[in-house]
Amino acid sequence: MQVPAYVEYEKATSVEHAIALLVRFGPEARILAGGHSLIPMMKLRLAQPETLVDINGLGELSFVTVTDGELRIGALTRHAQLLDAPEAGQHFAILHDAERVIADPIVRNWGTVGGSLCQADPSEDLSAAFAALKATMVIAGPDGTRTVPARDFHTGPYETVAGHGELLTEIRIAIRPGGGSSYVKVGRRVGDWPVGAAGAAIWLSDGTIADAGIGLTAVGAEHFSAAEAEEFLRGSPPTEESFARAGQIAAEHCTPSSDQRGPAEYKLHLVRELTARALHRALARANGQQD
Amino acid sequence: MQVTITVNGAVHSREIEPRLLLIHFLRDHLGLTGSHWGCDTSNCGACVVWLDQIPVKSCTVLAAMADGRAVRTVEDLEMKGAGEAGGGRLDPVQQGFAVCHGLQCGFCTPGMMMTARWLLDHHPAPTASQVREALSGQICRCTGYENIVRSVLWASTHPDGEAEATA
Amino acid sequence: MTQQPAAGAYGPVRRKEDARFIRGRGQFVDDIQLPGMLHGAILRSPLAHARVVSVDTAAALAHPRVEAVITGQDLAERGLSWMPTLSGDVQAVLATDKVRFQGQEVAFVVAQDRYSARDALELISVEYEELPCVVDAGRALDAGAPLIRDDLTGKSDNHIFDWQAGDKAATDAVFAAADVVVAQDLVYPRSHPAPLETCGAVADMDVISGKLTLWSTTQAPHAHRTIFALVSGLAEHKIRIISPDLGGGFGNKAPVYPGYICAIVGSMVTGKPVKWMEDRSENLMSTTFARDYRMHGEIAATADGRILGLRASVLADHGAFNGTAQPSKFPAGFFHIFTGSYDLEAAHCEVTGVYTNKAPGGVAYACSFRITEAVYLVERMVDLLARELSADPAELRMRNLLQPEQFPHRGPTGWEYDSGNYPRALQAALDIAGYPELRREQAERRERGEYMGIGISFFTEGVGAGPRGQMDMLGLAMTDGADLRVHPTGKAVLSVSCQSQGQGHETTFAQLVAEELGLSPDDVDVVHGDTDRTPFGLGTYGSRSTPVSGAAAVVVARKVRERAKLVAAAMLEVGPDDLTWQEGKWRVRGDPDQGHGIAEIAMAAHSGLELPDGVEGHLDAATVYNPPNLTFPFGAYICVTDVDPGTGEVRVRRFIAVDDCGVRINPMIVEGQIHGGLADGIGMALMQVIAFDENGNCLGGSFMDYLLPTSVECPSWELGMTVTPSPHHPVGAKGIGESATVGSPPAVVNSVIDALAPFGVRHADMPLTPAAVWGAIQGRPVRAGLLAP
Repeated sequence: MQVPAYVEYEKATSVEHAIALLVRFGPEARILAGGHSLIPMMKLRLAQPETLVDINGLGELSFVTVTDGELRIGALTRHAQLLDAPEAGQHFAILHDAERVIADPIVRNWGTVGGSLCQADPSEDLSAAFAALKATMVIAGPDGTRTVPARDFHTGPYETVAGHGELLTEIRIAIRPGGGSSYVKVGRRVGDWPVGAAGAAIWLSDGTIADAGIGLTAVGAEHFSAAEAEEFLRGSPPTEESFARAGQIAAEHCTPSSDQRGPAEYKLHLVRELTARALHRALARANGQQD
Repeated sequence: MQVTITVNGAVHSREIEPRLLLIHFLRDHLGLTGSHWGCDTSNCGACVVWLDQIPVKSCTVLAAMADGRAVRTVEDLEMKGAGEAGGGRLDPVQQGFAVCHGLQCGFCTPGMMMTARWLLDHHPAPTASQVREALSGQICRCTGYENIVRSVLWASTHPDGEAEATA
Repeated sequence: MTQQPAAGAYGPVRRKEDARFIRGRGQFVDDIQLPGMLHGAILRSPLAHARVVSVDTAAALAHPRVEAVITGQDLAERGLSWMPTLSGDVQAVLATDKVRFQGQEVAFVVAQDRYSARDALELISVEYEELPCVVDAGRALDAGAPLIRDDLTGKSDNHIFDWQAGDKAATDAVFAAADVVVAQDLVYPRSHPAPLETCGAVADMDVISGKLTLWSTTQAPHAHRTIFALVSGLAEHKIRIISPDLGGGFGNKAPVYPGYICAIVGSMVTGKPVKWMEDRSENLMSTTFARDYRMHGEIAATADGRILGLRASVLADHGAFNGTAQPSKFPAGFFHIFTGSYDLEAAHCEVTGVYTNKAPGGVAYACSFRITEAVYLVERMVDLLARELSADPAELRMRNLLQPEQFPHRGPTGWEYDSGNYPRALQAALDIAGYPELRREQAERRERGEYMGIGISFFTEGVGAGPRGQMDMLGLAMTDGADLRVHPTGKAVLSVSCQSQGQGHETTFAQLVAEELGLSPDDVDVVHGDTDRTPFGLGTYGSRSTPVSGAAAVVVARKVRERAKLVAAAMLEVGPDDLTWQEGKWRVRGDPDQGHGIAEIAMAAHSGLELPDGVEGHLDAATVYNPPNLTFPFGAYICVTDVDPGTGEVRVRRFIAVDDCGVRINPMIVEGQIHGGLADGIGMALMQVIAFDENGNCLGGSFMDYLLPTSVECPSWELGMTVTPSPHHPVGAKGIGESATVGSPPAVVNSVIDALAPFGVRHADMPLTPAAVWGAIQGRPVRAGLLAP
């Protein structure tokens, strides 16, 4: 069996303690949350941190609540907890759609929302879901707390704006009226990483699209999103034609690569197809239709 | 580092390397070889155990992360007998797997049973498709899953097992 | 419909082996802990083709917990750097001259614990001189292609063999005269059996007695013992192979792997037990793969749908060493059974095997020695013919199947099918499926723009190798022994040479003996998987346990019963001819109350009772079973799929399987075997492939990339059965372990292609991933053998 290389281990007892440990052990320290992204990389020895700072004891980072018109999700929330949280599904069905197709039920039991986001894998589903929702990331560091738009959180594959000594603590999403959202994924099998996936959120006002968010996974979309397609949708009528056009525009700005999951041509097709499907379903939900 | 982990109700303190995987702690350090490993990449589920009452893939959890927590493995499924014979009583899930031919080589079985037990504890009367969804992170190469599903459904309809423990 | 005998000891009895497995008390190789045991790990080549310039082990040896580092050079000094393969080729144990595939074994570390062994691998530095590689089998024979096997004296190309079967001239004549000829290129992509337990071993060399005990993941412990003796020079009686519980095999655990030899040498060098267990990537990247056949098929028929002939030419990719495991007279295995279940005038096939810079292997994964490839070819060709003729694929098959009165049937490529009633099985499957209704539903859905497919396959297997004169491996005839010993109180122990990997031999074989001796299966223990405790035999693969070892168990039980008859005659003071076996006892003819069962007879046989001349006392016997022919199970499968043309996603809605494996000893176990194989069909058809990039990097080296079906992709299987007993097996049974793996992939593929018919799709190669299905709809089928474009 593959096993990790030698590593030091520290157990954090509070957010402040975690930050202090990260500062003390320097850039070769890594945060250990659920570990379901990091430990496989360590087993392959693609990641060889010197020190792990285990934050699994930080119960204060594990929550899903609605406060002051925002859905707030703690970074240490396990995927299964988010999937089980009715507040999340009620306001943002896209989160439950996405959680249902992330890895498998057992991995979801222990893997965390924050861990997935910070791994910043281009194939990771929640990054696109939060991009579609235009969420805000809350990052704690030695100098206090700052917030970053979800779309600015990822700076590239496996890279985020969270710097050395910083810790993602929660994700906030503003609850706006007239909204509906969904996430659609194509994999080769249940539990597979996506070949391609699209998330959509729309907010209706007076029968037109007041605002729209599109999140795209594994298809070479900048910041996991499709800004030009969203721009097109704003002010448009919520029709199948609009959705198809949005998918078309989204695809024009994606640069997927060919791999075992499929050729780039197919992935671009998925951007068109899945964007339209996700918008269609988001609209139905915005109109109060049950699935 | 020193860890103290409660495994199947017994407290174990051991000096370990922080990198030690929970599956190896259980198998190599405690000799609990009922939990297996099959893939390295948390895809197969042969290593599923409970960590603080929740099924996890123990090939992707460090033993250090289980420090101060409780682990339950397949070896704990059989209820300990009270009588002087000490004969255990099989969990209905174990019985179901024997009754419905839910295993062939037996390698995935402990992980499957641990997930099944958790499912039935939280959803006592699942549908077949709920059982399939619950087991979808675990690979069986022998059974084509049908008899595993039947085994779990058998256990759900026989919450007290058979009149006599089988197998 | 059935000729299944009324249950005595036969029937769906619960498995004896489950008692330990459901308690987590199975004993697999990695569960074995010996005092002082060390752990081994293998350093593998990152390159597909390179000269090994130097291997520097100094830093690894300096690791405080490392006990030994073994290189190819070290093995060469012991004459152990190469070993024979089951196809008569040689394979490097640890590379000395070159590495020839990514993942090839280069060095072996022995350390005090498994983590340190892994750490030390990173301390070995190997200098490679990279060479151009051959990844595409289609380029292996090009002039100027890199020469892979320069270790073989006089070898100047990558050609392994040319082989053919059937009558070429007669086939050409049939094709020339046919109204309709349909041709198609088909790839059966490289796959891997991927048992959930990887391969491994614990070697314990006792330096005082000179005896080697090897616990290993082997489906063929006796054959392995002989090979180890031949390789190592150890005396064969000083080698004991124990194959404990195996976490699946499917052919993956038939060959001898370099890791086993390394573990043995590691124990010899250190004087301590050494455990080696490969990880999943090692398993997928270096142990035996399956399939990898590029086929060209042609089918000839009359305009009104009578199939006349078949032709096939195949390019077989065997990887860097010819490590295929099949009877040695059949370099393409049993592929030439590709005429399937049909009544043909003529057929001819030719197969060319080549070396490539990929992992060695080729015959594995429940393939019945390549009948998987054969069935896939013929069943796709029949569907293509149906499309060409606008015929219903069920009707076309029904019209051309061999008829019951044609058995035993000698096919045009030499096989003698022992028995069959094919139309009955196909009709049973059509009835379960509700075939006409399904076709109506399909038509309605197409009107609505929904794409539903109905795929049929009919297969004939040939399993239970084999007659000793025709089938051997490395010169060892494919026969199997059985010893049966009845203790004084009438409890029996059967020792057999085959080895269960989950097939439930401890139960089924006990039932076989119990039925013959009038005992309960609980009264019969089955010993297997330990060469010191069992008779010689070739092991469990190719669905041969019930046809060969099972037959041996019956024959030896009947021998014991005949011995018991003589003892009973002495007990009853009558002549043996006055006795008749009835309801589990030897009884006096005409006075059936006078009689004795096996338990009473066994006690008497061990007592001071005066026995007739020639009866030695005790109650035991031994036999070696030489099967007169293969057994020929068959079946009809129907798969119903729904395809989303917008994404290319396929959902298997229903799967109907009617199998005929002759008499079913334990129907519960038989159905379990079928279920597992049907899941293989879903996997093979829709997701499983070991692909490579142009540099020979393996792209299927983990379960993240080599996808296996889960409970969600598999439907609830709908089984039916017919029973056509084998005329030559002692109880009429046939093998069943691989039928579903062989028969199901074409049903799934035929179903998907049927769904895509409105798009004009004729064919697409496996695996039919969403991308492949979408590509087929666009008229751009993705070739599966190599990396997707």
